[in-house]
Amino acid sequence: MVTSVTSFSRSGLSDWLIQRVTSLVLLAYFVVIAYQLLGSVDYTSWRLLFDQTWMKVFTLMAALSLAAHSWIGLWSVFTDYLTERMLGPKGNVIRLISQLGVSLALVGYVIWVIVIIWS
Amino acid sequence: MLQVSLYRYNPETDEAPYMQDFSVDTSGRDLMVLDVLELIKADYDGSVTYRRSCREGVCGSDGLNMNGKNGLACITPLSEAVKGGKLVIRPLPGLPVIRDLVVDMSLFYAQYEKVQPYLQNPTPAPAIERLQSPEERAQLDGLYECILCACCSTSCPSFWWNPDRFVGPAGLLQAYRFLADSRDTATEDRLSKLDDPFSVFRCHGIQNCVNVCPKGLNPTKAIGHIRTMLLNRAT
Repeated sequence: MVTSVTSFSRSGLSDWLIQRVTSLVLLAYFVVIAYQLLGSVDYTSWRLLFDQTWMKVFTLMAALSLAAHSWIGLWSVFTDYLTERMLGPKGNVIRLISQLGVSLALVGYVIWVIVIIWS
Repeated sequence: MLQVSLYRYNPETDEAPYMQDFSVDTSGRDLMVLDVLELIKADYDGSVTYRRSCREGVCGSDGLNMNGKNGLACITPLSEAVKGGKLVIRPLPGLPVIRDLVVDMSLFYAQYEKVQPYLQNPTPAPAIERLQSPEERAQLDGLYECILCACCSTSCPSFWWNPDRFVGPAGLLQAYRFLADSRDTATEDRLSKLDDPFSVFRCHGIQNCVNVCPKGLNPTKAIGHIRTMLLNRAT
């Protein structure tokens, strides 16, 4: 058993499952957006779409899914390449700083989405 | 004449590894790559170092990287390995080189040891043997044949970057070999040791392992079965 305090759920299985479920949410969201884009897109139709509660909830779900999906994916990339094995003694510090930057950016994006769709 | 480029490194005399070129007379025969190495060692440079034993794809000693692809030198014909009249031979990637084509496989064996590759069953053993039905025995086909040559694990980027934490395709194939064994009773303990972000889930399913396995085995499929067992156990 290899433990890691920075992985999303601490469990390999949960991370794996979350990544797949969030990818399905994102796929569904982008299909809906693509369907809208295929029709005529103007301010009124776009505004009407995002004024509906289901679309606001769906957008929030998509934003949260994107954040979770990105964290799990980038955590995987960082623990591959930003390690002491690859970068020497400073590897872990560089990885933690990078992870902190990514987590701040993802939290920022989610708050930004909430502000845009619920304001 | 076959142009062969060999990875050379003797830590006692060389500051860094280098490639040494040989023009080998194969007399037009479709030799195995191991035969070419034997020719080089016998006729050109006796200091060339590599592992070999059975020379027929059973012992798994001569796993090498030939023109960029891992395989067993003894069962890889030149017609399959040579590209553009040239053969570049390197040690298995990702493991520390001891000398020339010989790598230190300690990390590989440590991961193999981690999956406890032996039957665990605390019930008293029967007088003759623990019986299996033909169907139960068939579950082990495609798993037990692994010869631990390390061609798969050393072709896996996830194993290159985390050889101390990711079990690797060879170890996971053996993990599933005992998870699938009807006589083994340690399934719960085995699975609980694999449910972390590295041991199994570092596999991203790129199937390099399947592509190079000289025995035609499918570690990616076995890893998929382990994932399913973990999922069924947790839900």
